[in-house]
Amino acid sequence: MLVAKPGLDGHDRGAKVVARALRDAGMEVIYTGLRQTPEMIVEAAIQEDVDVIGLSILSGAHLALMERIAKLLGENGMTDTLVLLGGIVPEEDIPALEALGVAAVFGPGTSTAEIVTLIREAVSGGA
Amino acid sequence: MSLADDIQRGDRRALARAITLVENNAAGALDALAALFSRSGQAHLIGITGSPGTGKSSLVNRLALAFRGQGRTVAVAAVDPTSPFSGGALLGDRVRMRDLAGDPGIFIRSMATRGSLGGLARTTSDVVTLLDGAGFEVILIETVGAGQAEVDIARQAQTVIVVEAPGFGDDVQAIKAGILEIADILVVNKADDPRAQNTVRALRGMLDLGGPGAGHGVAKRGHIFQEVWGEAPGEGVPGKGWEVPIETTNALTGEGVESLVEAVDRHRHYLQESDEWQQREYARVLYDLDAALQAALLSRFIEGVERDRLAGVVERILQRELLPQDAVALLLDDQRD
Repeated sequence: MLVAKPGLDGHDRGAKVVARALRDAGMEVIYTGLRQTPEMIVEAAIQEDVDVIGLSILSGAHLALMERIAKLLGENGMTDTLVLLGGIVPEEDIPALEALGVAAVFGPGTSTAEIVTLIREAVSGGA
Repeated sequence: MSLADDIQRGDRRALARAITLVENNAAGALDALAALFSRSGQAHLIGITGSPGTGKSSLVNRLALAFRGQGRTVAVAAVDPTSPFSGGALLGDRVRMRDLAGDPGIFIRSMATRGSLGGLARTTSDVVTLLDGAGFEVILIETVGAGQAEVDIARQAQTVIVVEAPGFGDDVQAIKAGILEIADILVVNKADDPRAQNTVRALRGMLDLGGPGAGHGVAKRGHIFQEVWGEAPGEGVPGKGWEVPIETTNALTGEGVESLVEAVDRHRHYLQESDEWQQREYARVLYDLDAALQAALLSRFIEGVERDRLAGVVERILQRELLPQDAVALLLDDQRD
């Protein structure tokens, strides 16, 4: 499981809370830190051979970033990787994100248990 | 086409997959290992260890950049601890290695200890074999934040760098057994801290007590082979002429890193020109064989043990009726044909 924070905003509290919750749920979480480019995220996902990529985006650039990440995942044959997105995302953007391969979008107020359950159901054998 | 073929063609995703197989002891792991094993043994294995927060990851970042600057390819195996409660882990070493992104000559893999206590994961050695066999010339193995006893790295790496930071204890800490003893190179990081020179002095004092040229040599393997053979060749032999240098660095600015890389290269030449390289390789092979044997014995035992029988024995220990050692004898006797 990779938790990454693409783009330029510096608010990583949410990503850290989620990373910690997933750790406590027994997952191995690779935390990459702030200001990752899509290239850095996909490269890390390849090297770490992750089952899940969790992205935290609060900057409003989710569509542009996700487009690029989806393209890179496709080029690298990684379309079977589960992609989750958390942050501030307007309702109307969600269909477009889903079309790009995002399995779920978690907005403010999501319980960490909900995220854990979704990952457990999607990934058999643990992340 | 097999995974091993793909790895040899430089397919990074295949390498990553093979590492996962090995970590999980999954089907195909042994095939991948076997295919790459014969090609391994070429890389310089460098261990980086030290207390949490001394700057190991930042220093690995700098070292990798420096080796890349020399044109050498670099793989990093960075180990972080697994929670003993949830079994999960938060692997955060990549946070400090941002500068390494986008370079195909670098491969970074995070590993969780998964219950192993010596500062590395049980499978770190095999993962290093894969990275080595895949052709990386320098492999940096970063241990978990180590206290005083996580010394497995001394058996895995050819060159061990112990990273200290100012303010981590006095000269009594410096003469305790364990992690400082395994250093081939000592680094005082955070050199901009005004206390850095005190730390250097304490370490220098520790080294001077050992007398000139008292590098640690080859660490004792212990365990099975020592029991069977007595002293194995080359074991516990003190280093013959290596003076452990103390380097001061600032991993944030890169200050001192060039000198550290020179020390690493000097150590490699020293090992190769003395017979210590071979001795360490021999010792490493014994250690790996020992670990594999223990794991195999344990899993064979687990296959044969019955759940209810085990629960009954545990209950009798809880009631103070049965000594744990006697319980082991009973369980082992169960499996004797």
